[in-house]
Amino acid sequence: MRQAVKLRFAAPIAVFALLFGFLAYRLFLVQQGFTPDLIPSVLINKQAPQFALSPLFANEPGFRTTDLKGKVTVVNFFASWCVPCREEHNYLSKIAKVPGIEVVGIAYKDRPQDASMWLAELGDPYKTVAVDPEGKTGIDFGVYGVPESYLIDKRGIIRFKQTGPLTPDVIDQRLIPLANRLNRS
Amino acid sequence: MRRLTFAAGLAGCLALASPAFAVRPDERLADPKLEARAHAIGQELRCLVCQNESIEDSDAGLAHDLRILVRQRLVAGDGDAQVKQYIVARYGTYVLLKPPLTAETYALWFGPLVILLVAIALASIVYRRRARPANDVKPLSAVERRRLKALLDQPRAEEA
Repeated sequence: MRQAVKLRFAAPIAVFALLFGFLAYRLFLVQQGFTPDLIPSVLINKQAPQFALSPLFANEPGFRTTDLKGKVTVVNFFASWCVPCREEHNYLSKIAKVPGIEVVGIAYKDRPQDASMWLAELGDPYKTVAVDPEGKTGIDFGVYGVPESYLIDKRGIIRFKQTGPLTPDVIDQRLIPLANRLNRS
Repeated sequence: MRRLTFAAGLAGCLALASPAFAVRPDERLADPKLEARAHAIGQELRCLVCQNESIEDSDAGLAHDLRILVRQRLVAGDGDAQVKQYIVARYGTYVLLKPPLTAETYALWFGPLVILLVAIALASIVYRRRARPANDVKPLSAVERRRLKALLDQPRAEEA
């Protein structure tokens, strides 16, 4: 009899504790940047897709899959019409300064003249800039909203993806440490 | 007569009206059979920008690009499953509005059934316990019976 009474009080408390724990965990994840609308990339730890893009500036060679070999690359999809890209752009030069990381820009569904004007205004942190006027390479990478950035290792395997703008926290705590580790291996 | 004309006109309008889709005329394929297949595939693919609309219903730029891609794959001779697989390879199974049955989605597919079974089990336990006669109740003792009789025989306050 006493046992039944005890259970009657303990069960709701246990259910509450479970629910509390679950919701706290989800809130923690959201705080870490894992919002429910974030779609995890299926390309993590897979070979980057095949692409061959024309350069934005006529004196540059363009950007193709084979360029990924032998170095750690950050591929940043941006567009002059993309508002969060503006904010992110300030932090890209910080990545570009780290030895052993090449930052490549891809102007996603942007007019070349707009992209060059944008870079002239905000500065050009990129090693090279290529254009993806119809967003086809973007689709191959699984881009669904700019900006998106991919960290690709020396063998051309995608190791990390940032959907949305790179923030100083993400750059310092995840991107650069991971890039340095990939460089040593 | 005018009423009849009005009704006929209304019926005509309704018959001509087609459901609104975001597909632009220039995206449509000339071959109606291929276009129908593309439309059916597109309705099962999620627009990743809006996330609750199919690419056929969404006005987002990416949905437009994916509609064109689906049609290009079909024209190139891909089967329906191949086209879907092409998109899934890039965006993951999340793009499918009907979640496939995989190890990841077992909780989604069987979770409700498990919850229903647990609820039935709990309900049957509770009801069985309630229906059971209270056989652990001791009969009244002689003293208790006398006290009960005295209480019942007592005239009620308002009668007194």
